Amino acid sequence: MSTPALLIFIAVCALATFATRVTPFVALARHADHPLILHLGRYLPPTVMMILVIYALRDFRPLIDGHLNAGANGWPMIIASLIVALLHLWRRNALLSIIGGTGAYMAMVQLGWMV
Amino acid sequence: MSPPYAWKEAGKLTLPVMFGYLPLGAAYGILAVEVGVPWWAAVLMSLIIYAGAGQFLAVALLAAGAGLMELAVATLMLNSRHLFYGLSLLKRFQGAGWRKPYMIFALTDETYSLITTLPAATHGRDHALAFRICLLNQAWWVLGSVAGVLAGTTLTFNSQGIEFALTALFIVLTLEQARRLRRWLPFGIAILTGIAGVWLVPDRHLLLSAIGAASLILLFHYSLGRHQETRT
Repeated sequence: MSTPALLIFIAVCALATFATRVTPFVALARHADHPLILHLGRYLPPTVMMILVIYALRDFRPLIDGHLNAGANGWPMIIASLIVALLHLWRRNALLSIIGGTGAYMAMVQLGWMV
Repeated sequence: MSPPYAWKEAGKLTLPVMFGYLPLGAAYGILAVEVGVPWWAAVLMSLIIYAGAGQFLAVALLAAGAGLMELAVATLMLNSRHLFYGLSLLKRFQGAGWRKPYMIFALTDETYSLITTLPAATHGRDHALAFRICLLNQAWWVLGSVAGVLAGTTLTFNSQGIEFALTALFIVLTLEQARRLRRWLPFGIAILTGIAGVWLVPDRHLLLSAIGAASLILLFHYSLGRHQETRT
């Protein structure tokens, strides 16, 4: 691919991405105080967050060939998620919860958690 | 608040994103170079496109020799969930001034999550902090991409599993949102549409379908509330 063609390709992708981000701000700029927009502003973020959690865990497969799945998409995912949630409910320190859970996940995935 | 301290605060908030964006950005950089994208183009994409899944898709389409129309449609489809992010930030971004265009440009899943969960104590200097979060998150992404492009496949650090940091971040932010809102409604809607999405919809349309359906339910919930108000 020639350099100009590559630059056009990147520009199209950048514009399409930015379009999805900027459209509401341009189209609805005058309606920021509309009760419906405020309603969405209040309820949509927690909804999206919970959906992102489900999305991040979508590859979970409990069993492989009849055995508990100890791989990257198996129980380590769920155990690490529980560690994150419990750590967070206990200490409410975001960094601690995230580092604790991620460290546990990496250890389980790299070293194996069951023999 | 003095600037260095302000950056430190934003840096601390974006640390989990850093753990996710550095390895993911590196994975993207490695993939881009592997399929034959020049290094500068791979980095340029992280600078002016700045969309995780979007860039993986763009690289795949580049490698497959896809046309511009195909690229535009696929990118719009993949990223249309951003429409809903903007909807719920209209009010929040008001008065952000010169920072606003960049904050809109930098609205990834992770940045949206961090900004909408900022503690109430930060109100008043909201825009400056949100702007720093946006900028640092993109910095992590670009740095990761550069590392990936440079390192190619010779990374020595065994970072397998580190991308779980983003999952952990979403869990923490969900708990924080729940603590603040103390209503089950959004979480119930999310579980319903999220799990339905996992079962019914192909992977690449999952987020858009679930978030779109959730927005429709919230719209319905809103009109129901209005209806009751007008009757009483």
